[in-house]
Amino acid sequence: MFLTDEQQAILNGAKGETMAKVIESVVRYGELFGAEKLVPVTSKYNHLVTSFGLKMITPVYDLMDRLIKDGAISKQKFSLDPRPLDKNVPANFIQNLIFNKFMYAKQDFYENQLEQLGMMDKDAFTCACYMDEVGNKPEKGEVLSWAESSAVVYANSVLGARCNRNSGIIDIMGSIAGYVPYFGLLTDEGRKATWIIEIKTTKKPEAQLLGSAIGMKVMEAVPYVKGLDKWLGNDLNDAACTYLKDFGAATASNGAVGLYHIDGLTPEAKEMGEKLICDGAKTYVIDDAELERVYKSYPVIWKNPDAKPKLCFMGCPHMSLEQLKTWTDKVETALKEAGNKKVLIPTVFTAAPAVLREFEKTPYAARLKETGVITSYICPLMYMNNPLSGKMPVITSSNKLRTYTTARYYTDDEILMQITKGGKA
Amino acid sequence: MKTFKGRVVAPGKVTAEALVSHGGLNTLASFQKALQFGDKKATCGDQNNPDLYGHEMAGKALCLPQTIGSTTGGMVIYCACSMGRQPACMLFSNPIDSLAGAGVILADIWLEGEHTKMPVIDSLGEEFLDYVKTGMTITVSEDGTVEVK
Repeated sequence: MFLTDEQQAILNGAKGETMAKVIESVVRYGELFGAEKLVPVTSKYNHLVTSFGLKMITPVYDLMDRLIKDGAISKQKFSLDPRPLDKNVPANFIQNLIFNKFMYAKQDFYENQLEQLGMMDKDAFTCACYMDEVGNKPEKGEVLSWAESSAVVYANSVLGARCNRNSGIIDIMGSIAGYVPYFGLLTDEGRKATWIIEIKTTKKPEAQLLGSAIGMKVMEAVPYVKGLDKWLGNDLNDAACTYLKDFGAATASNGAVGLYHIDGLTPEAKEMGEKLICDGAKTYVIDDAELERVYKSYPVIWKNPDAKPKLCFMGCPHMSLEQLKTWTDKVETALKEAGNKKVLIPTVFTAAPAVLREFEKTPYAARLKETGVITSYICPLMYMNNPLSGKMPVITSSNKLRTYTTARYYTDDEILMQITKGGKA
Repeated sequence: MKTFKGRVVAPGKVTAEALVSHGGLNTLASFQKALQFGDKKATCGDQNNPDLYGHEMAGKALCLPQTIGSTTGGMVIYCACSMGRQPACMLFSNPIDSLAGAGVILADIWLEGEHTKMPVIDSLGEEFLDYVKTGMTITVSEDGTVEVK
């Protein structure tokens, strides 16, 4: 790889052994993927995936200690994924004991490290850092060193920023170095589509189901999606962005998609259209039957498939303000139709702390509270990723949560029915 | 016996028993329980991976196409190596993915001590995964040669 004199000097130890290892990490990471140079990170903020004080990641705390001690601190501040704990979320005595005293016993310690490493603020914990209310929203063309698959795919696809699917730890290394290797989704060539997706459904496809189908089909490739603008329109308004947030998270978690183009809607597709499609691209046609096939293919891994759900999580990735308002209307209306006053299953809507603060300023907040729905900034994945919660029958319309945990997936309409009418039509 | 040649991602030589995943390895789902609850044998906890679920991964020659799942994946590999609960080696049929690649490189650069080492070879080809079966004996050489018998 070509390195500038400055980069080479750092690699040779001009700024100490720790900084030499930081830049070596970035260089060797890039060399694996054929990068020929490093390029500057140009976004204002970084985003890290590792937000949780799990005891099992003690080696990470040791590494962070070394970075702090040796002054290897990024010039960029950062947001990071959601906190794993929130006392608002229902949990029994044993769960609380295990969460607080065992699993996440290092949370306060780690948050102290994060402050020293440059966390934006104490509420910067969300996977949807690109929300206006949070403020970590990169511009088109900016180069990022982010991790968190749902945030990376959104930044690349909806915002037109440039970022590879980085792992935890390498995200902070790129930010400290100030450079990332130039390969993959940072390059024009790497942003071209090798799959064409033709949407031929008779109604607007469920975002999380469509994303899942595409992710499982194309894996890490870039898909160019035709026919979705018919349902989403040609403006990236709040509703379209919310849809794409959930759609993208499903492509990234059910496959490994880091960038998609939506014909007539996302910025690069609007600029370049079908010039973004590589010669010889494969085609995947999605109609109602294909979505039904994908839905039916999901395994139900509850011990008792007929168990009554004990908890419902919505908001993986975190909900937008628009989504919180829309769902308040939907839950209210459905409860009224069913003659019920409160949701029948404990239900948690999750969103960024800053989004929840804005939501609290609207009349919707009191109305949602009246329905019994709880709001939280928690990471549902972190709540679910332990044997105790894993045994609970939890339902969700998040395909990411379904993929990584024992939570059972239902469409938005089915979730609404379950929580307001107990599953009755 | 058959010999395959791949690219050296992290150097080293080792002989170990093969453990084969034909689907992608979901790194977080596979290792989390083992790392969290002190399972030194790193029993795979990913219920969605029928090839690996319930199998001990530590000390095995883990043969796979690529890793999938959360972008914490590289960090999990780093932690597994640091705690000495990593496979004896990881052998990828595909070019390594960005998540596993980062974890392997970070472990190789930042961790010290023989117990943290894990040779990694990628680009072994589809034929490698077609041929190798769980329980076979694998020998990895410094130059990226993988002998399966």
